Amino acid sequence: MGMEEKIIDKSEIGAFLSKIKESYRTVIAPVYRNGELSFDRIDSADEVVLEFSNTKKVPKSIFFPQEEVMFAYSRIPPNPPLLKGGSRGDLLKGGPSGDLVKGEIKGEITEIKEPVLEGQVVLFGVRPCDARSFMLLDKVFNSEDYRDTYYIKRREGARVIGLACTSPRQTCFCTTVGSGPFNHDGMDLLLVDLGDKYLAEAVTDHGAELMSDFPAAAEADIQKKSDMRENAEKRMNLVVADLESLRDKLDTMFGSDLWNQVHFKCIGCATCTYLCPTCHCFDIYEEEETDNSGYRLRLWDSCSFSLFTLHTSGHNPRLSTKERLRQRIMHKFNYFFHNYGESACVGCGRCVQNCPVNLDIRDVISSIARL
Amino acid sequence: MQDQLRDIAVKLFKDGNADIIIGYEAGTLPLRASPCIIRSAEQADRLVWNMNCGSNLAAYLLPVAKANPGKKLGILAKGCDSRSIVGLIKERQIEREQVFVIGVVCSGVVDRRRLDNDLDGAEILEAQYSMLDTGYWMLDVEYRAFGAEHQVSRIQYPVSSIIHSACSTCQHKAPVLYDVLIGEPAVEQASLPVANPYEQVETIGSKSADERWEYFAPEMSKCIRCYACRGACPFCYCNQCFIDQNQPQWFGKTTELSDTMIFHLVRAFHVAGRCVNCGACARACPMGVDLMSLTKKIEKDMNELYGYIAGMEIEELAPFTTFKEDDPQEFIVEPD
Repeated sequence: MGMEEKIIDKSEIGAFLSKIKESYRTVIAPVYRNGELSFDRIDSADEVVLEFSNTKKVPKSIFFPQEEVMFAYSRIPPNPPLLKGGSRGDLLKGGPSGDLVKGEIKGEITEIKEPVLEGQVVLFGVRPCDARSFMLLDKVFNSEDYRDTYYIKRREGARVIGLACTSPRQTCFCTTVGSGPFNHDGMDLLLVDLGDKYLAEAVTDHGAELMSDFPAAAEADIQKKSDMRENAEKRMNLVVADLESLRDKLDTMFGSDLWNQVHFKCIGCATCTYLCPTCHCFDIYEEEETDNSGYRLRLWDSCSFSLFTLHTSGHNPRLSTKERLRQRIMHKFNYFFHNYGESACVGCGRCVQNCPVNLDIRDVISSIARL
Repeated sequence: MQDQLRDIAVKLFKDGNADIIIGYEAGTLPLRASPCIIRSAEQADRLVWNMNCGSNLAAYLLPVAKANPGKKLGILAKGCDSRSIVGLIKERQIEREQVFVIGVVCSGVVDRRRLDNDLDGAEILEAQYSMLDTGYWMLDVEYRAFGAEHQVSRIQYPVSSIIHSACSTCQHKAPVLYDVLIGEPAVEQASLPVANPYEQVETIGSKSADERWEYFAPEMSKCIRCYACRGACPFCYCNQCFIDQNQPQWFGKTTELSDTMIFHLVRAFHVAGRCVNCGACARACPMGVDLMSLTKKIEKDMNELYGYIAGMEIEELAPFTTFKEDDPQEFIVEPD
């Protein structure tokens, strides 16, 4: 479709959001929650913050929450109250083997409740890096190989209204990873802040429909957008010139000495992975209440943790931060690329800004590129 | 001081007194220094020492020793790092002879979060320290407010106004253990008197239980379970952390309040009498959780109940590894 460009006056954003709310289940936008700017459902347009560089927490959690109940169950006694969280049972065959007292399962499952997951959300004010992360997560959670019910249900009918980055930070490097501050991958509609108004650019038919009430942009507005785009792109750092060469180089680097050089400062925390818009590893465990009900949970997990690869035998194939950091870099720039045709980094810079020890991923990949 | 540090590093390698030195290198962002190891005199130029050196390097001592058996380790240690090393030696995790301590007198490290808050999320482009004739340190900051594309603003802070709370309440800025010392301990100690290190603890302590809950609940709700606090802590060296006990699962791992609260409380208690209140956990936390109100409270209790200050003497026995008949026990039998 040809790009359709319209103008939304800033004074009309409230009305725009109210209109959206009529046809969608809920609107999610950047708002302050507990002192932190985060994506959350809004009660009114007044609380939406659009003057921001980016949120610290990532909007992927709307579709892939940090923790979610996969199902809850209750069963008939006479099991004695269990310790919290027997995680190793085959529930559907009769219950979790969390019974440490007897080591066998008694009782009968009487009820299984599944969470009600609804799609039809509108995400408002998403930066291009984060919108692109949805596109990458779709490849993981909704592909020929694997369809993730929970993710797909939440993602169903979702619309993404993006906000171009007119003021990128020094830590931003989205142009390095095949995106850009005005990129509209993963969006239905892209807004560009022109000062007193937004230029709205339809990316999909849904996006065009959302902005159908608004007047067309003038030539001067479109020119201003192009200038801003050029300016923003110019300010972006190019960390490595060519991601495909990086990928190919990594093919042969599993045993490289480079990992010995770069891992030292890593303290094995999950700041980089939990604040990453594309990291998508999870763990599943169970919690049991004392009344013989319980639930199975899915939680984010991180390749930085020792537990991530710990075998039941006690063997751990990734013994130190060296192997774990290597995994993260390999997954982002090599494995994911081989599996899905592009790298799994969107260049948002969150890991760069927030790493407690300033282990800068830009340094790591540029060192690899220089080898 | 930085030049002196580099000279010492060169000499250590040349004299064969160290094979590896754990220090800081310049960070990639303003106000950041980054832990590093160097392995030769030629790399000594990488070392930096300034008020951005917020990590506690003692947290690296055990992993580096383990990965480099038989090597002589050098480590840069400010007051709190040195007290952590004392603790690790006391806990028999490392031998005194294994490590050459380059002590450095510290005047505190800055709290980036205080600057971020003060500048209302503006991007800090450049930050430079300078010393006034009066001997006070200043920080010159260049920043760009959001949306101000072409406008760089400047502001100057007295370093004392942006120092980390761990440092503004620190009573041990000079190392307690060292093989060589950089800086003048006496002058330094006199220059920064500590008014009341437990002011915040007392403020919180004077509140009712409900009010304390109202304070800590939103704090602990910020936690994203990344365990940066654990990673940054020299005393979180357990082979298996209690939170990773999963056969069975000891604790919940969600970000719900009951799970985050119990994690931070148990962690704080687990380092009781060991924690030197370096504040590295609080500085590492990406979400700005107030961890120091817990650790500082425990430090105060350990001092009041047992007359014990962690990390001062290698030979002094830690309260929780000894038993005396007159040990206080009111907090067990008659809790508030």
